[in-house]
Formats: sequence, C-alpha cells, structure tokens
Amino acid sequence: MSIRHGLLALLSRGPRYGYQLRVEFEASTGATWPLNIGQVYTTLSRMERDGLVEPGESDEQGRVVYTITAAGRAEMTRWFSTPVVQSDRPRDELVIKLAMAVAAKEVDVAEVIRGQRTATMRALQQLTRAKRAVTEGVGQRLVLDSMIFQAEAEQRWLDHCEAVLKEER
Amino acid sequence: MTVVRLTEVTRVHGEGAAAVHALKGVSLDVDAGELVAVMGPSGSGKSTLLNLAGGLDRPTSGSVHIDERDLAGVRDLAALRRRSVGYVFQDLNLITSLTAAENVMLPRELDGVRSRVAREEAMAVLTEIDVADLADRFPEELSGGQRQRVAIARALVGERRLLLADEPTGALDTRTGDEILRLLRARCDAGAAVLLVTHESRYAGWADRVVFLRDGMITDSTDASLVST
Repeated sequence: MSIRHGLLALLSRGPRYGYQLRVEFEASTGATWPLNIGQVYTTLSRMERDGLVEPGESDEQGRVVYTITAAGRAEMTRWFSTPVVQSDRPRDELVIKLAMAVAAKEVDVAEVIRGQRTATMRALQQLTRAKRAVTEGVGQRLVLDSMIFQAEAEQRWLDHCEAVLKEER
Repeated sequence: MTVVRLTEVTRVHGEGAAAVHALKGVSLDVDAGELVAVMGPSGSGKSTLLNLAGGLDRPTSGSVHIDERDLAGVRDLAALRRRSVGYVFQDLNLITSLTAAENVMLPRELDGVRSRVAREEAMAVLTEIDVADLADRFPEELSGGQRQRVAIARALVGERRLLLADEPTGALDTRTGDEILRLLRARCDAGAAVLLVTHESRYAGWADRVVFLRDGMITDSTDASLVST
C-alpha cells in the first residue's frame, strides 16, 4: 500500500496540515492502516523532494500546510489509472502452513483446517459487527467489505482443501 | 429464554443396509434474541436439522423442544408450526396469485383469524420491515430482495418468535443479501430467535454463533463450549 499516493489523493481536495492528513487517511480507510505522524512527515518530505507537494510558510505554532503540485496530480492520476499487480502481494502464511502440513505426514491436516476455519469465522463475525457499526462513511464500509470478501475466500479455499484431501485419503 | 432446543437428535432415513444417518446426535439451543448460523456442505444434514427444529419432521431419537414444549407430545404439529415457527426458504415461496399483503395474511387466516384483523397484522409487520408501500403488489412485480423481505414478513406475522431460514440469500447479489441479513439481525435484536442455514460464510458472519455441520455431526462452533463430543 502506497502511503504517498493516499496522501496525494487527500491533498487533491485542498491544502492540508500533516496531522490533518493522518486523521483523514485513517477516517477514509476505517483505521485499517493506522499511520503514525512520523510516517506522514517522512513521506511528505520525500514527496517534497520529488516535487509532488509544496510546503507553505509555517504558522506561529510551527505547522506547515502542504499543497499538491501539478506533478503530484499527474502522479495521482497515473496511480488511479494503473491496476494493482497480483504478484506484488506477500506470501500467504496459511497457504504455506497447509502445504507443509500435507508434506509433514505426521500432522493432522483436517485438524489444522478445522481450527483455521473456526478462527477465520470468528474474524468474519468481528468484521461484520464492525461493518454494522459504521453508520456513515462508504469508504470505511467498502474497506471492511474487502476484508470480509478475503475472509470468505479463505473459508471457501479451506472447504475446498478439506474436500480434496478427503478424496485423496 | 431458549426458544428451540435439540437434544441428542438423530435422524435415520430408510432401514437396514440402505439406512442413511442424516443426523448423528446433534444438540443445539437457540435463545430469544439470538442468531445462530449452521454451515456445512450439501449432504451434511443442514436441511434435516432445520426441518426437525421447525417440526416439519420428527427425530428418530432425541428430542426437540419449541418454547419448552416437547414436540414428541404434540399431536397437531401443523398448528404449532403455524403459531410458533416462521420459515424463509431460498426458493421464493410466495403465492403468485396473491398480493404481498395477502401472502403475509395467509398463515393467520389459516389459523382462523378474521380477514380484517389478519390484514392489520400483515400491515403492521410489513411496516416494521419497511415495505408497507409494496403491500398491494403481486410477487412478480417485486425484485428478488423485496420478495424475500415479504417472505420474512410472512414468517414473522402474528406471535411467532422462531424464524428458520434455509439459504434465504440464495440467488441475491451480495448487497441485497447483506440487506436481508441486516433485517434478520434486526428481528433478532427485537427478540426473535433465528436459525439460519447457509453455505456462504459472509452471511454466517452476521450470527452470534456459527456451528459447523459435517456428516450429521456438529464438529465445531465459534462458541467452543457448545461443541458436541
């Protein structure tokens, strides 16, 4: 996930302080990706170096307002028009764990699947409760929906593993 | 308060070598205000479980209680079902020649409630779930989601506090399916007991408790204390 592009998207709505960007970033994503203020300022200074944002004068409290530049807008447009590549995702521990459970022979794979399925279902229940609690903020709801779809895909895959392994035995 | 209780329920279809053990000793309680989801592949015994819980079928052994009444001692199961149990199925079970309101009125009229009173009750429940404006439409004039809402209204009309739902989101898109679960959830929060059978985990996620059924047995539950051993 690119913090830099997220900040550009927020700045496209108008100039912002660093702390404002942090609050808005979390509000937009439902606090799924908590940012610390240090990450925000480090990213902003790199973006300034790359000509994507421009800092204004600091006010009496030493706070600086950042404004998106034309190059920044172009970079944001490029980001939104480029699909995310599947292979950029990190390796999935669960997939490796199951493959290894099959390879290890002495491991009860069905038990690994059963335990994981119940744990993932509990996570799904929590996500659903969180979604019910979101009364406004379509962005937040869609982020939670994405996590719900991922958990659902994991459940389906676990069911599939169970069925395949049952046949193999 | 426990609305439906299954105790060590077994169900065998057929006899001898051809016997099929659909359920092998299942115990499950659903309390008022609770939404319990049963997940399992086809053939795991989900529908048998739901039919037994609603008195559509009788167990081979074990007992089923609805509102603390042992169904084994109930002679007129049909009357008890009409009064206490509401069903929502995947296949739309609305009668096409009746309007939405008339569909909802039907179980009450079968119970001998006067037409005018049945209509008032139907309108009350349709209003409660926000589809009063659809009362005079026929099923074919409704969307899939609207039809399922009417089916839920019919399942809830009168005094019924137990709702059994068999894949109620079947053919619906995920957004409409979520709306149906939101509605079932709201009915639970208002005091109904809901037993939901689904093979889709995203909908089971709305439940207070999820039990996993495999080959006629509960193999796991998100509430670990309830796993049968």
